[in-house]
Amino acid sequence: MAIYDVITGNDAAAWGARLSKVEVIAAYPITPQTTIVEKLAEWVEKGELNAKFIAVESEHSAMAAVIGASAAGVRAFTATSSQGLLYMIEMVSWAVGARTPVVMAIVNRALGPPWNIWSEHTDALMTRDTGWIQFWAANNQEVMDSIIQAYRVAEDKKVLLPAMVMLGGFVLSHTAMPVKIHDQNKVDQYLSPYEPPHYVLNPKISEAFAYGNILFPWDYAKVRLSIEKAMRNAVDVIKRAAKEFHEIFGIWHGDLIKEVNTDDAEIVIFALGAVAEQAEATLEVLRRNGIKVGVAKIRVFRPFPKEEIAKIADKASHVIVIDRDISFGWDGILAGEVKATLHEYKVDTPVTTKIMGIGGDDILPEHIEKAVKEVIKK
Amino acid sequence: MSKSEEHLLLPISHPTKGAGGKTGTWRVFKPVIIEEKCIKCMMCWMYCPDAAIEVSSRQEVPRVNYDYCKGCLICYEVCPVKAIRKEREV
Amino acid sequence: MPKTILDELIEAGEYLLPGHTACPGCGSVIALRHVLKALGKDTILVIPASCSSVYQAIYPKVSINVMIYNVAFASAAAVASGISQALERKGFEDVNVVVWGGDGGLIDIGAASVSGAAERNENIFVICYDNEAYMNTGIQRSGSTPPGARTTTTPIGKIVGFKKPMAYIMLMHGVPYVATANVAYPTDLYEKVKKAKSIKGFKFIHIFTPCPPGWRFDDSKTIEVARLAVETGYWILWQAEYRHGRIHFELSPPSRPYLDASKRKPIEEFLKFQGRFSKITEESVKKLREWIEYQWSIAKRFLDMSAQK
Repeated sequence: MAIYDVITGNDAAAWGARLSKVEVIAAYPITPQTTIVEKLAEWVEKGELNAKFIAVESEHSAMAAVIGASAAGVRAFTATSSQGLLYMIEMVSWAVGARTPVVMAIVNRALGPPWNIWSEHTDALMTRDTGWIQFWAANNQEVMDSIIQAYRVAEDKKVLLPAMVMLGGFVLSHTAMPVKIHDQNKVDQYLSPYEPPHYVLNPKISEAFAYGNILFPWDYAKVRLSIEKAMRNAVDVIKRAAKEFHEIFGIWHGDLIKEVNTDDAEIVIFALGAVAEQAEATLEVLRRNGIKVGVAKIRVFRPFPKEEIAKIADKASHVIVIDRDISFGWDGILAGEVKATLHEYKVDTPVTTKIMGIGGDDILPEHIEKAVKEVIKK
Repeated sequence: MSKSEEHLLLPISHPTKGAGGKTGTWRVFKPVIIEEKCIKCMMCWMYCPDAAIEVSSRQEVPRVNYDYCKGCLICYEVCPVKAIRKEREV
Repeated sequence: MPKTILDELIEAGEYLLPGHTACPGCGSVIALRHVLKALGKDTILVIPASCSSVYQAIYPKVSINVMIYNVAFASAAAVASGISQALERKGFEDVNVVVWGGDGGLIDIGAASVSGAAERNENIFVICYDNEAYMNTGIQRSGSTPPGARTTTTPIGKIVGFKKPMAYIMLMHGVPYVATANVAYPTDLYEKVKKAKSIKGFKFIHIFTPCPPGWRFDDSKTIEVARLAVETGYWILWQAEYRHGRIHFELSPPSRPYLDASKRKPIEEFLKFQGRFSKITEESVKKLREWIEYQWSIAKRFLDMSAQK
């Protein structure tokens, strides 16, 4: 039986891992992530989750341990934020070449100095080029569901890449919302146990081999190309995973993108995660004032939904990208991606970047209204 | 590799003798075991960094596998009865 | 004729295959040969960046006939922890999960992950072959380089540090098994690995492995240099078990005579073969002697502690 509860985003993330029946968890504390792994550790100690919990001495080791665990044939999970993600980044990149389909929750937080524990997306976007699949959750239900879907996608034999699920620090991580906690049997029906189809580090069931010794540039390039192919395969796999999730659980978070009122929209807002949720919440007021606005909630940032974005933008007369992040000397990170996409697809809809909510500053409906009205004035 | 596996080209290597080629070509000096002098103590075999001295039992005189012996001459140095001589090859 | 340890070594077969790409006279591969004989086929080597990431040879071939997982420099003990926990979760026993790395990877950059895995008492081996510098990148000093040794980052042999006593540090973690070994004594090494294999939990073995190109001595002298390290008292062979709140420490037979300092050969005997010490100053030699005395004083304390009832 499904349970309805009012829980935080971090508890929803922990539930996502629990329902996915993760077998090894390795983690290191950092605000605002910590309560995810605290919850999991509690379930492991109580015997409610049959998993090994490795309380490692650093985030670098957390990712290293889940890579090892996954390579040895289990479903592995970790979570981190901000500085922790940056500290582990060598291994974040390693997980891709290792083709270990681990899932990691990232509670987005600003980077220091100065110290700041509040929400910002720059941390996860720094991993943009590593080869991880990136899901951005807009609400707590989506946090839980995206973790379950992330395992489905990551472990698919057409993909075999790691996946991360983002949730905004405090905005989601520590904010309680109603969440439907799914029936375990239904999750089991959706997500089979992990059986590595490519390699498994276990001399009891496999002949000796070496993974990752030196190879020459021409072979290396082929290996890297195969990661790009897997990432392209992920597009259809994500769509199928979202569709089947909808069929079994009756919930639709979108696949690569969730479109809200984009059909007749003159202005379309693109945003990630809880920022997109906020933009959606502002729609009603704007529409009441006769402004035709739509929101494209970008749910998957890698693989980047270029075709979908080009189509949505092509129909509109103006695009606003809200970035809770910045690439210094360039643009908002999402905005830069959107602009490049529109150029590639020869879409000439103007794009305005709005950088908001840096370091956890609240993004309020009036900020979004103001951004839209500024565009109209132009 | 079939087309359907192109997304999964893994950097996996398989154990092979001579994975680094015929490393015997690196040699400058060649160790030669003098059978009559050998006391089968196996010191040369024990200390060979290249697993290029072969024995299957203690009753045998060890044999040098010249395909792979790099000519470090550790065997020559550790032989307690001077039953190994060195010959210049290059 | 009764079966000896030599028969056992021969019967164990070779897991290090000829035709690998280590330098001629490499001490590390001699050690690896005997370590693998003791471990056997149900072994996973986790190898951080090191000479051994290179001497296993080039894709799609490999010169080592056990499972190998190549990992990032600082990560080895943590990756091994994950593998070990996963195998346990899946119900597989008797698989040796073994970190095989150099002093750079395990005593310097990866020391935190080694210490973390030790403190958690992960069921893994961490085996460090110590060639006393970053040899694979071209002989830069490490935290395990002795005072006075010339490296490419101490080009005239400036004294920087004091050679980190990693095995003692590991012993202080209270892990079940810690030992030192030396490539000149392969049967001692073999027996120590076998002993470690019989113990569940964290095992650390620190092996002294001379490096001909890095230390600048003739390829054929590897064993002689290694043996002199023991005979001069520079390298102490010991093993220790931690059981029920007590450390049981013992000197291994080759090192026992040198507890008595007067039995030790002068340190110059060890230094004279090696180009890295060719311009060593009297100050550095003094520092080395001081270091040796300090190592022995720790060993004596552990011997005394073990002797107490």
